[in-house]
Amino acid sequence: METEILARIQFAFTVAYHYIYPPLSIGIGLLLVIFHASYLKTGDKAYENLTKFWLKIFALTFGYGVATGIIMEFEFGTNWAVYSRFVGDVFGSALAAEGLFAFGLESTFLGILLFGWNRVSPKMHFISAVGVLLGSMFSAIWIVVANSWQQTPAGFHIVGEGLNARAEITDFWAMVFNPSSVDRIIHVWQGAFLAGAFMVLSVHAYYIYKGKFVEISRKAFKIALVIAVVFSLAQLLSGHSSADGVAKNQPAKLAAMEGHYPANSPADLYLLGWVDNEKEQVAGIAVPGGLSFLIHQDFNAPVQGLWNFPKQDRPSQVNAVFQFYHIMVAIGMAMIALTLFALLMWFRGKLFDSKWLMIVFIFSVLLPQIANQAGWFTAEMGRQPWVVYGLLRTSDALSESVKANQVLFSLILFFVLYTLLFALFLYSLNKKITTAEDLQPTA
Amino acid sequence: MEYFLGIDYPTLWFLIVGALLSAYGILEGFDLGSGSLHIFLRQDQSRRININAIAPIWDANQVFLIIGGGALFAGFPVMYAALMSSMYIPFMVFLFFLVLRAMAIKYRSAEDKAWWRTAWDWIYFVSNVSISFLLGVVVGNVLQGLAIDKDLEYKGGVFFGFFSFYSVLVGLTSVSLFMMQGAAFLLLKTQDKLYARLTMILRNAVVFFLVSFSFTSLYTLVFIEGVVENFREEPEYFIVPVFTFLAVANIPRLIRQKKYELVFVFSSLTTAFLMMLVALQLYPVLLPSTIDSKFNITIYNAASSMKSLEIMLLFAAVGTPLIGLYMWNLYKTFRGKVELDDFSY
Repeated sequence: METEILARIQFAFTVAYHYIYPPLSIGIGLLLVIFHASYLKTGDKAYENLTKFWLKIFALTFGYGVATGIIMEFEFGTNWAVYSRFVGDVFGSALAAEGLFAFGLESTFLGILLFGWNRVSPKMHFISAVGVLLGSMFSAIWIVVANSWQQTPAGFHIVGEGLNARAEITDFWAMVFNPSSVDRIIHVWQGAFLAGAFMVLSVHAYYIYKGKFVEISRKAFKIALVIAVVFSLAQLLSGHSSADGVAKNQPAKLAAMEGHYPANSPADLYLLGWVDNEKEQVAGIAVPGGLSFLIHQDFNAPVQGLWNFPKQDRPSQVNAVFQFYHIMVAIGMAMIALTLFALLMWFRGKLFDSKWLMIVFIFSVLLPQIANQAGWFTAEMGRQPWVVYGLLRTSDALSESVKANQVLFSLILFFVLYTLLFALFLYSLNKKITTAEDLQPTA
Repeated sequence: MEYFLGIDYPTLWFLIVGALLSAYGILEGFDLGSGSLHIFLRQDQSRRININAIAPIWDANQVFLIIGGGALFAGFPVMYAALMSSMYIPFMVFLFFLVLRAMAIKYRSAEDKAWWRTAWDWIYFVSNVSISFLLGVVVGNVLQGLAIDKDLEYKGGVFFGFFSFYSVLVGLTSVSLFMMQGAAFLLLKTQDKLYARLTMILRNAVVFFLVSFSFTSLYTLVFIEGVVENFREEPEYFIVPVFTFLAVANIPRLIRQKKYELVFVFSSLTTAFLMMLVALQLYPVLLPSTIDSKFNITIYNAASSMKSLEIMLLFAAVGTPLIGLYMWNLYKTFRGKVELDDFSY
């Protein structure tokens, strides 16, 4: 295989794997802070137990997030040397800010949070939890800023020509607040909150279903449900706003998301579909003019289609972008329906009565995970063939001195390692949930 | 060119990257070093203590790898790209062991079965030694220079291009340096029998370091081109090798006097001085070209724009004290000997 394909597979694989964990730790971190605060406020032992229990699961996901995150910082240089030179001036400052203002905060307070329970006051322990949560949220800001700059570059000028060209920063705040940053940060944060909330919902639904730790689980379930309701609804708004931004700033990506080929004609909104990239058409169920309406509030408004762009400037995997996008949206809708239904049951006082609802919630942990992955693939594959939108092609961004066999070697290395780690992750997660020492009622 | 206090921005940024990497060398030096001694601690309890000595702080120490790497990327993207892509295999293997080591810390004590613990003990040991070795290998390659062409791209061997007698020597030196640092650190964290055993281990580690350090220094002076050039031009630089020598020579003396806290201090100083030696030897070059010195990657042809460097200098001015404060708080919380409790691994 070619170096480019291998390097892309490697990056996609390592990022996708990494992206399981940070959203979980941000989301669980939020719940952890709420449980901890409830304990400090009420002195209720149940909240202390919840804090201790979730702290262990938090530690597990956080550790995985850090370990797999370091890989990517280095991958930029090892596999994508031309890219690194091109973006270093701009991208580098975001990455440096991440280290200084986010990673430094989370890692230093992490030690106190995990090992300091008997060494510091409950208040200091709470501050550490907040520090770690804020650190991980700041981390998301800077990483998403760096990525958003690749989607919608701003605040720079180009120096040099051809493959020696590079972007130099001219306006730092314009770079940070590039057209897609804010929408995407909010979207990612909320996706993370949902990942954590559904994890908590799933575990406590399991206990309620099994008739274990029922009292304490009901408390935790209700808190997590509120968060899940709020953010799955909010995600609808933020998703819409993001799509508006894509329409404005990355029209080729938007066209790929809906498989819209005809140039400047009204665009349909597909509920389901299959894109044939050869014949350049979509088969499926659509709301005619639906996309036009969402973007322009007019069913007949023209939307740029893929035919507006020369073939070499279109994403090559239109069907994949389409499918990932639709999976994300469908799951978003499912989360809204599920959480609103549970809320209704709660108001009727029947939330914990039906076993099947608890079973649904046990499996619901996968929903935000799949949606987050699908969203990320939509964003990244939709940006192709550009690694920096409109400026640098992915095929030009590779390290010239790196050969296919090297990339294959490291790909295999990480594949083996990550498979082993994933098995260990599931094993220890399962063990923590089934033993749950901290939730045992104390005499 | 922009200046601050009479120092140009690229030089300032060179100093910052150097300081960050030195901090990484000192702090992760004892993490990696204690891990490299893991297999020499015989009992399960000793090994648990060994891991828990670093458990609350190693993540924080790793901040310096992230920031140091980030600073190199941001300040000198050309160097970052050339170094990472030319040292592809060492960096990939380094990352592999970095992840594996993190997992060993987490999982080693998670099960009570003997085979489980033994397996992770070996993984932990091998990971730490390999990471330390590969860091040295990369430094060795930088000192020796790489086949950099006129486009500031690497043109050398791709798979095993990093292997040379010299890079292996520097790799061994860094393993031994970290072992010494790790043993000195563990003496601050342990008591009783384990403490007594570690005093023996420290002695051996120091001997290992002295041998590999002397040999590597000698080899560097004789066979590595251009190492003395900077020192010839700027005679006041000589103070650093003198200090390095004094710091190293002081360590056996302090061990004889059983002043182990000071051994840790002087071992840390040794790391800092060695990093300074490397920096002085290179400056203003970052990566010498073995093809032609015209193609050297220097802090000037590799640097980001002045604007970018200025922004990041501001970041560093705000961020570094913050991190110092967090670190101080963390180290203060976990000062003293290791005590195992419910939260330990």
